[in-house]
Amino acid sequence: MNNLLVTDSVSKNFGNFKALNNVSISVPRGSIFGLLGPNGAGKTTFIRIINQITMPDTGSVMLDGEALKPEHVKDIGYLPEERGLYKSMKVGEQALYLAQLKGLSHSEAKKRLKYWFDRLEIGDWWNKKIQELSKGMAQKIQFVVTVLHEPKLLIFDEPFSGFDPINANLIKDEILRLRDKGATVIFSTHRMESVEELCDNIALIHKSNKILDGKLIDIKRQYKTNTFEVGLVTNNEQAVIKSINEKFETSQTDFKSINDDLKINIKLKNGESANDLISFLSNKAQINHFVELVPSANDIFIQSVKNH
Amino acid sequence: MNHLPLIIKREYLTKVKNKSFIIMTILSPLIMIALIAVVAYLSQLNNNKERTIAILDDSGFVSSIFKDTENTKYEILQEVSLEDAKKQVEEKEQYGLLYVSKPDETKNVVGSVRFYSEDTPSLTIMAGLERKLEKRLTDLKLELDGVDTEKIKSSKTNITIDQESFTGEKTSKIDNVLKLAFGGIAGYLLFMFIIIYGNMIMRSVIEEKTSRIIEIIISSVKPVQLMLGKIIGTSLAGITQFAIWVILGGVAMTILSAIFGVSLTEMQTPQQEIVQQAMQSPEAQDQIKMAMTAFYNLPIANLIIAFLFFFIGGYLLYSSLYAAIGAAVDNETDTQQFMLPILMPLILAVYVGVFTVIEDPHGTVSTVFSFIPFTSPVVMLMRIPFGVPIWQQIVSLALLTGTFMFTVWFAAKIYRVGILMYGKKPSYKELFKWIKY
Repeated sequence: MNNLLVTDSVSKNFGNFKALNNVSISVPRGSIFGLLGPNGAGKTTFIRIINQITMPDTGSVMLDGEALKPEHVKDIGYLPEERGLYKSMKVGEQALYLAQLKGLSHSEAKKRLKYWFDRLEIGDWWNKKIQELSKGMAQKIQFVVTVLHEPKLLIFDEPFSGFDPINANLIKDEILRLRDKGATVIFSTHRMESVEELCDNIALIHKSNKILDGKLIDIKRQYKTNTFEVGLVTNNEQAVIKSINEKFETSQTDFKSINDDLKINIKLKNGESANDLISFLSNKAQINHFVELVPSANDIFIQSVKNH
Repeated sequence: MNHLPLIIKREYLTKVKNKSFIIMTILSPLIMIALIAVVAYLSQLNNNKERTIAILDDSGFVSSIFKDTENTKYEILQEVSLEDAKKQVEEKEQYGLLYVSKPDETKNVVGSVRFYSEDTPSLTIMAGLERKLEKRLTDLKLELDGVDTEKIKSSKTNITIDQESFTGEKTSKIDNVLKLAFGGIAGYLLFMFIIIYGNMIMRSVIEEKTSRIIEIIISSVKPVQLMLGKIIGTSLAGITQFAIWVILGGVAMTILSAIFGVSLTEMQTPQQEIVQQAMQSPEAQDQIKMAMTAFYNLPIANLIIAFLFFFIGGYLLYSSLYAAIGAAVDNETDTQQFMLPILMPLILAVYVGVFTVIEDPHGTVSTVFSFIPFTSPVVMLMRIPFGVPIWQQIVSLALLTGTFMFTVWFAAKIYRVGILMYGKKPSYKELFKWIKY
């Protein structure tokens, strides 16, 4: 079995409001899966269904080949977007409590907490109260509590919010390390650059429907427009532009360059290849810059949301 | 997975370790005792003040009845005019002047009676003087009419009706008072317990919501478990607090009476004198004996068992509603709107208990209210000392159990949805919609 988590036609209504409409996704084992969507699209409801906080009206959720059941709680680690800790409880006691709720024994939880606290260099916070710590510090503890019971499935909802760049990087590396050790990660965020950087697969939910899903690379291929960004150096700009415009669809562009380039986007028709374009251009001018325009996750997000 | 014990333990420990909880637990009985001591001391101060009342008796019949006591001295004025007497009393700064004028006709014995004083005299002193005069004048009039007062005294009879039920149980008025006290204390205790610890549960739910830990927790445990854990943990903390109060109170009372005991008997107040005299009379000793047997005649086993069941049932019923309120709102100020419907039946129960159970413990009103689940714990607990048939207790308890299972279910529904709702305060309509989510 290649997929750790499979949902099939999951729907959920709150009164007359349809929060999810037949959402089916598959999360491959050992991958990082980006769950994307505008605010209020239904992502949180979907994540809550996986966590058995909310029950779906129809549809099924399978984890590791089994229908979701209460025992699965210990196989899932969830870091919600709306997160916090008991303000007046000591860090250590609180982490122990939360770990025990996930099914760890007291001694095992203590051992693992010690390891993680040392690893993240927060060992001396054990006896502090949460209200004495900064937001970022509390976030670190929440992260530790989420991963402590070594779940098969990790769900992070905006894990980097509240972190400075150094700590965000630290957490990112930890997530990648956990993935490499075999965990599967569902990652919900609005920060597209981290989607670009981390996710192997994505699904896009918009207005309670899944509108897009698959491997990020495949989606990019699907969304690319066969457009190339070129920078040309020539003595006769007007003539070159004229001849290009006769043969191709073009648009203006801008990029950083040390030369005084003629900067232009050229869209190829179906069947035309980059080589055709290069041989066409090389006769007319010196090519300084030649890049295929690949749509970013951000472009894909905005485009598909607008189209629906 | 059953996390209930873990949740109960955390709820209990956080409550018990909380600084304000510890301070409240230790200080409350001390403050209460200090208050009692201060009140007792102050009332003694007042009573110990010596006062002198001047008597001007123009009729010549009454002056002989005024005998000095420890706190009140009487000065009998003779052969002075009323005006001079008033001046004299004022100069000496005495408490006041009692003037009894000559009667118009001999058969009236005395004319008008008037009390002159700087300030308005105290009610008890006036009542005392009136009682003395009334007794004296009645005797005098009887003598004038030729009646032998000794015969009247000897013919005076005291009646106490002996009460006995058909089953042969002997009861008395003291019995009723004792029963009322037992029921009243039990009912009131439940009432206080619900209000104090229900609020504590509500605050603890709100705290989990505002600190946003709630979603982390309920990804591991079922909301119902969390709610029940909270209710049970908080109740255990409450019972601990009550137990400490009882122990501390007992210890403090013993210490206090050991310290002040001696001085208390030395500084006898007039009330104490009266009480002591009354206690020594054979009549009172009989009554004390009767009170003791009345105590032993109480259905003690029934009382204790019923107390446990109705207490737990009533408490669960209300505390689950408190938890639901906590889940429905974001902060304590928003709770007001939902508190009223909870407090109304509770207060009603106490009023019904106090006013109708005293009047008629088995009357229609108190019987009906001892079956309605929202008032039954308090009212039934008040009725039980008077002897409630077992079938009535069982039916009432069954109704209560059914209702609290319903409210726990209902509260859990509200709780489950409410803990994840932030922002606007829900209306009742929305609350009922949540049940269907």
